[in-house]
Amino acid sequence: MTRRVAITGAGTINPLGPDVPSTWAAMREGRTAIGPLEIRDADRLGIRIGAQVRDYDEAAHFSRSEAALMDRFAQFAVLAARQAVAAAGLAFEGELALRSGVVLGNSGGGLQTVDDSYRAVYAEGRNRVHPFTVPRLMANAGASHVSMALGLKGPAFTLSSACASSNHAMGLAFQMIRSGAATVMLTGGSEAMLCFGGIKAWEGLRVMSPTGCRPFCATRDGMVQGEGAAVFVFEDWDHAAARGADILAEVAGFAMTADAGDIVLPSAEGAERAMRGALADAGLAPGDIGYVNAHGTGTAANDRTEAAAIHAVFGSAADRLLVSSTKAMHGHLIGGTGAVELLACLLALREGIIAPTVGWRERDPDCALDIVPHEARQARIRACLSNAFAFGGLNAVLALKAA
Amino acid sequence: MDIRNRVIAILAEQALLDPSDVHEDMTLKDLGIDSLGVVESIFAIEEAFDISVPFNANEPLKSDFDISSVGAIVAAVERLVAERAA
Repeated sequence: MTRRVAITGAGTINPLGPDVPSTWAAMREGRTAIGPLEIRDADRLGIRIGAQVRDYDEAAHFSRSEAALMDRFAQFAVLAARQAVAAAGLAFEGELALRSGVVLGNSGGGLQTVDDSYRAVYAEGRNRVHPFTVPRLMANAGASHVSMALGLKGPAFTLSSACASSNHAMGLAFQMIRSGAATVMLTGGSEAMLCFGGIKAWEGLRVMSPTGCRPFCATRDGMVQGEGAAVFVFEDWDHAAARGADILAEVAGFAMTADAGDIVLPSAEGAERAMRGALADAGLAPGDIGYVNAHGTGTAANDRTEAAAIHAVFGSAADRLLVSSTKAMHGHLIGGTGAVELLACLLALREGIIAPTVGWRERDPDCALDIVPHEARQARIRACLSNAFAFGGLNAVLALKAA
Repeated sequence: MDIRNRVIAILAEQALLDPSDVHEDMTLKDLGIDSLGVVESIFAIEEAFDISVPFNANEPLKSDFDISSVGAIVAAVERLVAERAA
């Protein structure tokens, strides 16, 4: 018997809002959260725009002693996980706690903690850093704090594959439930790289846009970074059905591939194999897919390559396919991006609303797809794909079906 | 060493060539310098001359920094160095 996997809860804090309803509202309205970066030493940056989680007050969510142990990325993870579990109506006790875990995607670890600590010892000449620097900066801190906050005693770890981290994490969570290794997995991702050192490093690669994120647009000139987290409750379908849970969607398939090519330039062939693999794993044909949430970073290379891969996979069905990149609204959350983008997939499957590609100005013949520009669109979607293609040539694609 | 020779030395090092084999009419492609090599070369130029080079890898042709040939790069660096001194 093959186990099926249900999504029974979702939570988030991201630049569009501090929870799922506000994020969905922003996606419906096509609102962008990209604006001037308000971070320390921003005047020394060449790139001064980003999608920040604004008006965040850690004291509203964590005690002083809790906050002292948690970098911003870990706090985001815990907040999103708490919401997801509350929405799912689960409590992890007894046998269920032992059979439940968490796998989160993350790329930068506690980068703000690293930034602050290096500033203290190198720039300010101080000879000591905060005693909790290590537990704050470790990349597994997010998953660990989620396990502690919710009492998850099964498999728990962090997965890192740059911009595909969240999709890899959710794909593994899916496989673990399908295989019977776990009954419930909290999964998604979290990232908080918007600090001086984080942006400075990205600036060096010269792929960041100084003007805005315009995926699939002929005038696109790079990516814009965001921050935040989204966490989902993936649950054994029978377990969810037996307790009468509200099932948001079914995770139907997953595939991952490696380009084995270039450390930064993507390959259409690797992306194509990942999409085909996810369809095959889900038992879906290209014509069954109504929507693709694209990786759509707004860089010259990604969007051209991704469009070519979509055409290769979908053939003539690409003409009817809706494709959007929501990064122009919430920015590129790097290791957390696939998780926030899965919210757009749930919006499509649950409410038939396709989140738009905002910021788009001009058709690029190399990206000839219906990218749902500017405004959300109503469409009945039975199944969708969510793409993530990372630096390092690591590709991870999820296939979802309406519940 | 003048600006021209320093720029050529930087590009030659990136291309694993002797500077005497790098000529102003050559393109970066002729030198075998790929897109990552361009980004690394521009970084080396910025460090060597203490200048900031306007270059976005997403739209190299639209950048204010002409990289169409070795000679164009030399001219662009000379202009940026002159602007810094001004």
